[in-house]
Parts: sequence; C-alpha cells; structure tokens
Amino acid sequence: MRKPPVILTSLLLFAAAAGAADDASFRAGVFDPPRVAPDFSLQGSDGTELQLTRYRGKVVVLGFGFSSCPDVCPTTLSTLARSREKLGAEAGDVQVVYITVDPERDDAKRLREYLGAFDETFVGGTGTPEQLADVRSAYGIEAKRIPDTPYAFAHSSYTYLIDREGSLRALMPYGKGPDDYVHDLEILLTGAGAVDPDPSP
Amino acid sequence: MTGVRDHRGLTLLTACALGLTGWAALAPVTSASRDEIFEIPAGTWARRMQGEAIEILPDEIRLTLGVRDILVLRNLDDVPQMFGPTLMMPGQSFRLPFAVASSYQFACTAHASGQMTVIVEPHPANPWARLRWRLRDLLETRPQLRDEVST
Repeated sequence: MRKPPVILTSLLLFAAAAGAADDASFRAGVFDPPRVAPDFSLQGSDGTELQLTRYRGKVVVLGFGFSSCPDVCPTTLSTLARSREKLGAEAGDVQVVYITVDPERDDAKRLREYLGAFDETFVGGTGTPEQLADVRSAYGIEAKRIPDTPYAFAHSSYTYLIDREGSLRALMPYGKGPDDYVHDLEILLTGAGAVDPDPSP
Repeated sequence: MTGVRDHRGLTLLTACALGLTGWAALAPVTSASRDEIFEIPAGTWARRMQGEAIEILPDEIRLTLGVRDILVLRNLDDVPQMFGPTLMMPGQSFRLPFAVASSYQFACTAHASGQMTVIVEPHPANPWARLRWRLRDLLETRPQLRDEVST
C-alpha cells in the first residue's frame, strides 16, 4: 500500500488543526488572562447561603437583573433555559446564577418563583443593598433606578461565563442566542483552552 | 502644441482617476488584522486623579464584518478600570468578536450618555459598498483630509 505524500498529510493535519482552532473560538468576549471570579455570600433563592464556590466543578452562567424587568431579563433567561435544553445531559454541569439588582422587591421567595418559571434549576441571589452593591462592584456591573418611570432599572445586560475552576473566562453580550451559548458552554465543559487564572481579585 | 500637451495631461489624469476608482470598487476589501484595538495607557488613572479628562473609547465604534470585526480592549494601566462594558484588571485584555451586522448597545459609565454603541456593518460585498467603505476609511484614518473635504 502506498503511503500518502508527506505534504498532503501535513496539509490535512493543518486543515484539521485550523478547524479545531476555529471551533475553540468563543462567540462571547474573552478575557486574557482570565481572573478568579470573585466569590460572594448572598441569600439563595433555594433557601440556602449562595456562594459561587459552591459550584466549583460546574460551568456557571452569572447574570444580573430583577424580576420586574420587562424585556432584557426575560429574554436572557429564556435564552439560557433554551440553551440548557439544547445541551441535553451536559446541562447538569451548567449552573445559572442570577443576582438581583432590586433587593427592595426581590426576596428569595419571589426570585425562586420568577426563575423557576424559566428553569427549575436556576438559582437566584439576593441580600442587603450593600451586599449586592459589593458584588456588582466586584464584577463591574452597572445598575440604577431610572427616574420618572413607574419602576425600572437600567442594568448591565450581559452574562459572565465562569469555568469549572472558577475563572471568569468570558462575557456574553445581550442578544446572543441559544446556539451561541451552547457553542461556548461546550468549550468550557470540555475544558478546551483552559488557562491558569490571574489571582487578582 | 501646448494645448495638445494639456489635453494629454488631462486624459492621463482622468485615466488614473478612473483606474483608481475601478480598483477601489472591484478589489476585495481585506485587512491584515481584524482587531479594532483600544488601550488604556499606563498612568491613565494617575492622570485622571490629577484632574485630567481622558477619553479613550468613543461613544460610537464602527466595525465591518470580515474586515475589522473584533473589538479588543486592553488595560495597560496598573489599576483595575471600567473599560467599555466591563471591569478589567491591570494587564488584562478583552476580545469580543462580532458575527452579525447590527447595532449593539453597552452600558458604559465613561460616557456622558451612559452608553457605548458598536455599529457592525455588513461586509462590503458589491462595488458601490467597497467604494464607500474605502472612502470612509480614508477619511477616518486621515482626519486632515476629512477636514479639507468638509470645508
């Protein structure tokens, strides 16, 4: 049997590598180097203390919003629920954590009911205004009441993707669809492109 | 005799202009890098603390699919800073690719409007679009030329 020419073999290997590299490119915005996702201690919608470190070993999608949000939050949460459906069995290794920017209204019970309407596994976080402000500050999240409206907040609409080791790897802008989430979550679930995080807070 | 020479010169100039326009309309638009890079230089925080107003990101950023469609933000300063939509650590970069032509809004406290808009335009696929893209690129990369055109 004739051996394939070396050049042809090299070209095929290069093409395969190029394809793999493309597949491993995030559709979200990527941090380089990633930093350790700041931990927090809040009141979880499941009735327990909510700490990010609880989910080490899972991929975490971290979002910020409020249950009275008329548009951005329902869209994001629907997208995340659909993404988990598409992931199938792998969804068990993905945890959605949604932290309220509206502690005045969003207590644990209300968050549980609200998030449960999208996906029973979603966990919400609430706390005192000071606790929540500290978490937002650690993640660079903006949130403020919109004056002259019945009840509305302007808040950062993206989500963070945190890998199994607890590194803040990527930022998914608002408006990306379930396929984009599935694509990037699969990269994180397989551990592709894993790097040692910068220990900066 | 002088009239003939002038006529030849004009013909040559017209031919050159037509050739250049033809190239600008027909040659595919490519770029060595698809990154549109914005950096916070070292020492920015200290300068801001001294009262200096420093603008790094414009209110509006224009990208083009397939040409320059990756937004890259870098914090070269030695303190964490909010940059565009996100908090960035010293030495950290953020690389956001765009795949769909649209207008994207990001909350950004650095701007008076509280928003930063990224407008992603489709790849200039036809001659008119290529011509328009090249003309705008020329004016944006050479502000003095743009000023001359507007006056």
